Amino acid sequence: MSVLQALDIGLALLAFAVAAWTIFARGAFAATVGYVVYGLLLSLVWIRLFAVDVALTEAAIGSGVTGILLISAAARLRGGETAGDEKSLSGAARLFTAVLCALVALALAGVVLLLPDQGPSLAPQSMQHLPETGLGNPVTAVLIAYRSFDTMLEKVVLVLAVVGVWSLAADRYWGGAPGEARAERPEPTLAFLAQVLAPLGILVGVHIFWVGADEPGGAFQGGAILAAMWMIVMMARLTEAPQTNAFWLRLTLVAGPVVFLTAGVAGAIFAGGFFAYPPGFAKSIILFIETFMVLSIAVTLPMLVAGPPRREPRQ
Amino acid sequence: MTSATLAGLVGAALVGLGLYGLVANPQPLRKILAFNLMGSGVFLVFGIVARKGAAVGLQADPVPQAMVITGIVVAFAASALAVALVLRLFEDTGQVTLNPEAWTKPPEDGAEAG
Repeated sequence: MSVLQALDIGLALLAFAVAAWTIFARGAFAATVGYVVYGLLLSLVWIRLFAVDVALTEAAIGSGVTGILLISAAARLRGGETAGDEKSLSGAARLFTAVLCALVALALAGVVLLLPDQGPSLAPQSMQHLPETGLGNPVTAVLIAYRSFDTMLEKVVLVLAVVGVWSLAADRYWGGAPGEARAERPEPTLAFLAQVLAPLGILVGVHIFWVGADEPGGAFQGGAILAAMWMIVMMARLTEAPQTNAFWLRLTLVAGPVVFLTAGVAGAIFAGGFFAYPPGFAKSIILFIETFMVLSIAVTLPMLVAGPPRREPRQ
Repeated sequence: MTSATLAGLVGAALVGLGLYGLVANPQPLRKILAFNLMGSGVFLVFGIVARKGAAVGLQADPVPQAMVITGIVVAFAASALAVALVLRLFEDTGQVTLNPEAWTKPPEDGAEAG
């Protein structure tokens, strides 16, 4: 057994063990912390699958931003979760559930083992047309060129989620700011971390977006890192979340999908197909769309984590 | 066994584990967590489809990779909405439970109903 194989098996066991911990841990808080660790381990597994773009997304969004969301929710729910009204399953029902779930897992494992060694693949087609897009990273090409309609709709899903979260606000808070107010005296450690990390993180985020055209990276990953930096500054309470009725905020939230859709419609008029890019200009159009997508993602994710407005709007 | 197959098996185990947590854990937040776990297992199983589709010098088929990236973002959006609903439930009723009897019970000390 080579070293790499041993590492693979160790990584697989570790990821599974941490996943089991997040399910069986007693406290919700401990479980959510376990989930963050699990997400980071999972992104290592993705690297071993040679899917670096996915690994970056999993680390930034799957582990990082989802982790912040779940941890802050668990912290806020402390004390409320064991209200005593929960109906736990009986031992027999638990065993029955476990057996059924194990069967599902076994069936999937069987499918995994029976997969042909060389499956059907769209890789040749995606590489064949890559020069026409001017991009070097085929994953970015799939996201913004070949399957751009999917990606545009996904941005719409994000906007809808924000609308959904905001709609949960009490009537008197509608249009107000979510999250906590700026602190008079921020916690020194957190403030220091935010001040050191945020400038570097913004650079890294913009870099990851920019190299995404040719190397692993892209709008999602870069946008998520920028979002994380804003969240850190807000968590350190150096700044506070904007009012949800701010015009610039709402404009930035929808800028990504609007620019994307406009480019798609323009393609129908000028390039002979919905979401077609005129030859020669493809890369500049793609980067233009991506820039607005990065902005939208960087604003959408923190707004989703901040939750519904909790303060009355100022005039 | 290749590392891709191993990752696929981990994905299968994660789906089972997440499904169990979704059914057996009574707390809504733990259900959301388990659902995310199950989702990442599905993504991982899909990931080995990408790896098996490696061709023309690529190490993995880019199409499933792009779909997984889209999936991760959509899963986050759904989780954020679910967490917001749970928190609102907690604010209104002071407890987080999916047990319908807990809501239909008359308030104990005559406090106004949520």
